[in-house]
Amino acid sequence: MNTDKIQSEMTMENVSVSFPIYHGGSRSLKKSLLFRSSGGHLAADANHRIVVEALRNVSTHIAAGDRVALIGSNGAGKTTLLRVMAGIYEPVVGTVRTRGTISPMLDIGLGIDPDISGYENVRMRGLILGMTPDEIAGKMQDISDFTELGEYLDIPVRTYSSGMMTRLTFAVATSFAPEILLMDEWIMAGDDRFITKARHRIDNFVAKASILVLASHSAETCRQFCNKALWMDRGMIKAAGSLEEILEMYAETQRGTVDVA
Amino acid sequence: MAIADLRDGFAAWRLWGRMGWNDILQRYRRSLLGPFWLTASTAIMVVALGFLYAELFKTPIRNFLPFLCTGLLVWNLLATFLSEGGIIFTAAESYIKQVRLPYSIYVYRSSWSKIIIFAHNFVIYFGVVTYFGIWPGATALLAIPGLILLVLNGTLATIYIGILSARFRDIPPLINSVVQLIFFVTPIMWKPELLHRRVYIADINPFFHLIEIVRTPLLGNVPDLKNYLAALLITAINLGLAGLVFTRFRSRIAYWI
Repeated sequence: MNTDKIQSEMTMENVSVSFPIYHGGSRSLKKSLLFRSSGGHLAADANHRIVVEALRNVSTHIAAGDRVALIGSNGAGKTTLLRVMAGIYEPVVGTVRTRGTISPMLDIGLGIDPDISGYENVRMRGLILGMTPDEIAGKMQDISDFTELGEYLDIPVRTYSSGMMTRLTFAVATSFAPEILLMDEWIMAGDDRFITKARHRIDNFVAKASILVLASHSAETCRQFCNKALWMDRGMIKAAGSLEEILEMYAETQRGTVDVA
Repeated sequence: MAIADLRDGFAAWRLWGRMGWNDILQRYRRSLLGPFWLTASTAIMVVALGFLYAELFKTPIRNFLPFLCTGLLVWNLLATFLSEGGIIFTAAESYIKQVRLPYSIYVYRSSWSKIIIFAHNFVIYFGVVTYFGIWPGATALLAIPGLILLVLNGTLATIYIGILSARFRDIPPLINSVVQLIFFVTPIMWKPELLHRRVYIADINPFFHLIEIVRTPLLGNVPDLKNYLAALLITAINLGLAGLVFTRFRSRIAYWI
């Protein structure tokens, strides 16, 4: 392996993703969905099935070193976009090209077996992220130091609090330097001191010329971790640019809605 | 893409090996016998049914019980492939929706845990042959290629059953009821000889052939050539079906679950 990193990057061109709704009674479902003010756009496909258009014509380019905040209301397509970036959903239309290893941190619970110990879970999660047992063993000290869970790592995870769980999974997911890190905002579950530590670790990744994409509702979190922003609205990119610029625009509309209401 | 998925998935054997093993441990955690509960319950069934049916069919128990035992062991393996195949992707939703892993990992995981269960149950076979003093000799080794063929077919069936079940949720309960029916029409609790002239009832049953290529050698006989030919034909059909469904619908699994 070459010592200097390949420049990781991610390009999306005209990506559209839609979910067919198969459940019975789709008519009533259609009604109930239509009354949602935000969220994915509803349409009918060629077979007259109801589909939720979760992403529409999304094109973007993310270069190494970018720390991108995904902002937007609930159901605007932030998580779907993260999943497309992670390769979980192959887009129906359009192309996604990524270079670099991806570490998605979309769910704390992934691969966590409540009945086995913290150490066992670390091994399991390491395997999911594509590490070898030797690599995992090598990282174990670093992980247990970061989590500060001490002897708790020896007992079943079902006894952990959600904050402890977050520290554990965060430590594992960030213990091998991914080139691209995708995160949903669950990272917020933790005390202030943990957030500070987490920030140090993330700063480390970005220093290694990687990409961070973080979906969050909190302007404060975005300011802590990000320098750029993508504003998602009803499955489309409404605006993209520097973080402050977009946050300002976003705050503007939020105030607007409040005024109208 | 589909081939790469199967290859990359297989390469991650450490992951699916552990997942499959965990699936079994999870079921029996904190129980004293652990996975050997499976062995115990199968053993009780073999002995109870063995005595009952030997009496009903008026066959000597020495003759009937080993036949029933091996038949049941092999059938249990085959039946779980069918009945649990439908949930391999839907049950892995939390993985599939959070991280991109080759889809074949979930297939290998389920096949692996079924092999482990079979191995636990297989202890009963040794008990039975020892008790009745049966020595199948080197012929028993023929069961190994038979078993490989059976596991291969089960795995292939799991692929397309799993994918189609993710889309059509009626398939798993449908399969469960069919599997029960198959159990009764396949010579497991009764010997195929009982069919006399109507032996074609067994011959047109694909499950009969898959069971025969494992059961017969374990009892010390060589399976018929027709059993092998039928098994190979079934394998070819399964291979085609699994290949078709997997290449065509693999990328839709994440949307369906």
